[in-house]
Amino acid sequence: MPLIHAAGLRKTFGDFVAVDDIDVDVEEGESFGFLGPNGAGKSSTMRMIGCTSPVSGGELRVLGMDPLTHGPQVRSQLGVVPQQDALDEELTVAENMLVYGRYFGIDRAVVRERARGLLEFAQLTEKADSVVEALSGGMKRRLTITRALINNPRLLLLDEPTTGLDPQARHILWDRLFRLKREGVTLVLTTHYMDEAEQLCDRLVVMDHGRIVAEGSPLSLIAQHASREVLELRFDVADHAERLADVHDLADRVEVLPDRLLLYVDDGDGALESATARGIHPLSALVRRASLEDVFLRLTGRSLVE
Amino acid sequence: MSQVRAERARARLPLPIALSQPAALVERNMRSARHGWLTFVSGFFEPVFYLFAMGVGIGALIGSVSVGGREVPYGIFVAPALMATSAMNGAIYDSTSNVFFKLKHSKLYRSVLSTPLRPIDVAVGEIAWALLRGLVYSSMFLLVATIGGFVMSWWSLLAIGACTLIGLAFASVGMACTTYMRSWNDMDYVQLAILPMFLFSATFYPLSTYPPALQWVVQATPLYHGVDLVRGLMMGDLHVGLLWHVAYLAAFGALGLWATTRRVGTLLLT
Repeated sequence: MPLIHAAGLRKTFGDFVAVDDIDVDVEEGESFGFLGPNGAGKSSTMRMIGCTSPVSGGELRVLGMDPLTHGPQVRSQLGVVPQQDALDEELTVAENMLVYGRYFGIDRAVVRERARGLLEFAQLTEKADSVVEALSGGMKRRLTITRALINNPRLLLLDEPTTGLDPQARHILWDRLFRLKREGVTLVLTTHYMDEAEQLCDRLVVMDHGRIVAEGSPLSLIAQHASREVLELRFDVADHAERLADVHDLADRVEVLPDRLLLYVDDGDGALESATARGIHPLSALVRRASLEDVFLRLTGRSLVE
Repeated sequence: MSQVRAERARARLPLPIALSQPAALVERNMRSARHGWLTFVSGFFEPVFYLFAMGVGIGALIGSVSVGGREVPYGIFVAPALMATSAMNGAIYDSTSNVFFKLKHSKLYRSVLSTPLRPIDVAVGEIAWALLRGLVYSSMFLLVATIGGFVMSWWSLLAIGACTLIGLAFASVGMACTTYMRSWNDMDYVQLAILPMFLFSATFYPLSTYPPALQWVVQATPLYHGVDLVRGLMMGDLHVGLLWHVAYLAAFGALGLWATTRRVGTLLLT
């Protein structure tokens, strides 16, 4: 039995369709991602899975249960990390853990014991008695995630876990999430960062306008929808479309962005050499491996972070 | 799966244990209040200051008041009203400004509802907290009033229960109203309802002072029922009419609890 099973799942707000008929199955122990720009329907989907948003249509089973009839039972086994830290700012770090554990009906002594271990895991032990308001953004995020683990959840839902964090804080978080995954916790996350999705997800779906436009592992998606390498060329022109004709035959496909051309090729260096041989001299040229960003561009014609 | 079964079993447990979920929210508020204990303490002084200003100061000017054919010193007449009013004010404070902050700014309920707690647990938890706090205040007030000589009967002890009932009525309706508020400015509407009730619910002078047409209006307000109930108990003037006050306040409270539960669900589970 999949941990999450959605078939024809829909979410509407009045006339607006936020989630439009999606099918998703997530297996136990998997690390699953929803990738897409803001407004793609990722958060709405997460809130339905978290049983805090009623389903508008279709079928949804979480841990084998219907969120409509068994919301509290499902939620008792979930860890939820919302997009914005919803910490209890009036309480200290340790109290946040304790009180949150009490919402799950866990014994005070057990919660204290678990909180100690979890704060250690999140490197927050020294801050245990600080009031939450005074913590840095990275620490608050870590506490939000740590707090979501107080009930030993089977399923951890993370809505844009690292948005707004500096690179160092992101890497600490990724490391902690990776360890959880190794311990067998099922992770479901949303992100609009392709590096995050590549780091953390075994499998992901790309969402756009409430629909799923592609599904697979990060590598298979790249193989399927992009080439092996990408050559990025910048020219000193107002509109890069002007230079398309010069290079379009060098690549399988060329994407025109406002500030550069992306050439999808198997051999980036080779393509650059051919271009130079033709007398094309860009301001700058970069050869890189294809990423999920390229997949997204291919599928929607827009970049992910807008 | 055993955990699932345990959870299901818990949902069917008898009432006192099912209340463990709202109790978690009460525990949360208690911890939060520990950080802001000054607010907690100051809530006690206001009614006590009123008691001495009105009962002793103004009471000396007025002398006695006639209640149901009995002449009693003004202080004894006004003390129960102040006790009832402070129960109302405490409940309103906890269920409006406090709840509004949690609803709009701290997003507390959003994270609470992503745990096993349901909207009804949020409503019951918050209202229970307001009542507990009110219970402490009314007990202290009664103690001070007794020492000050404003209490006539052992039935006064029941006034603590009556104040809890007043608290229930106002906290639950207050919280329901708060769910409709858009900004802090809307709090003024609460004062607009509370202040006239405080002044005119037969608090400072007997109901018979009003012309008959206005008596009806006064009798329709919840605070009037609270004041008359507490006054009856504190003066040892027991009669069947008091039960009518109890029923009115209980119905008011139940209506508020029902409305709050629905509104919390509609607002947050979208």
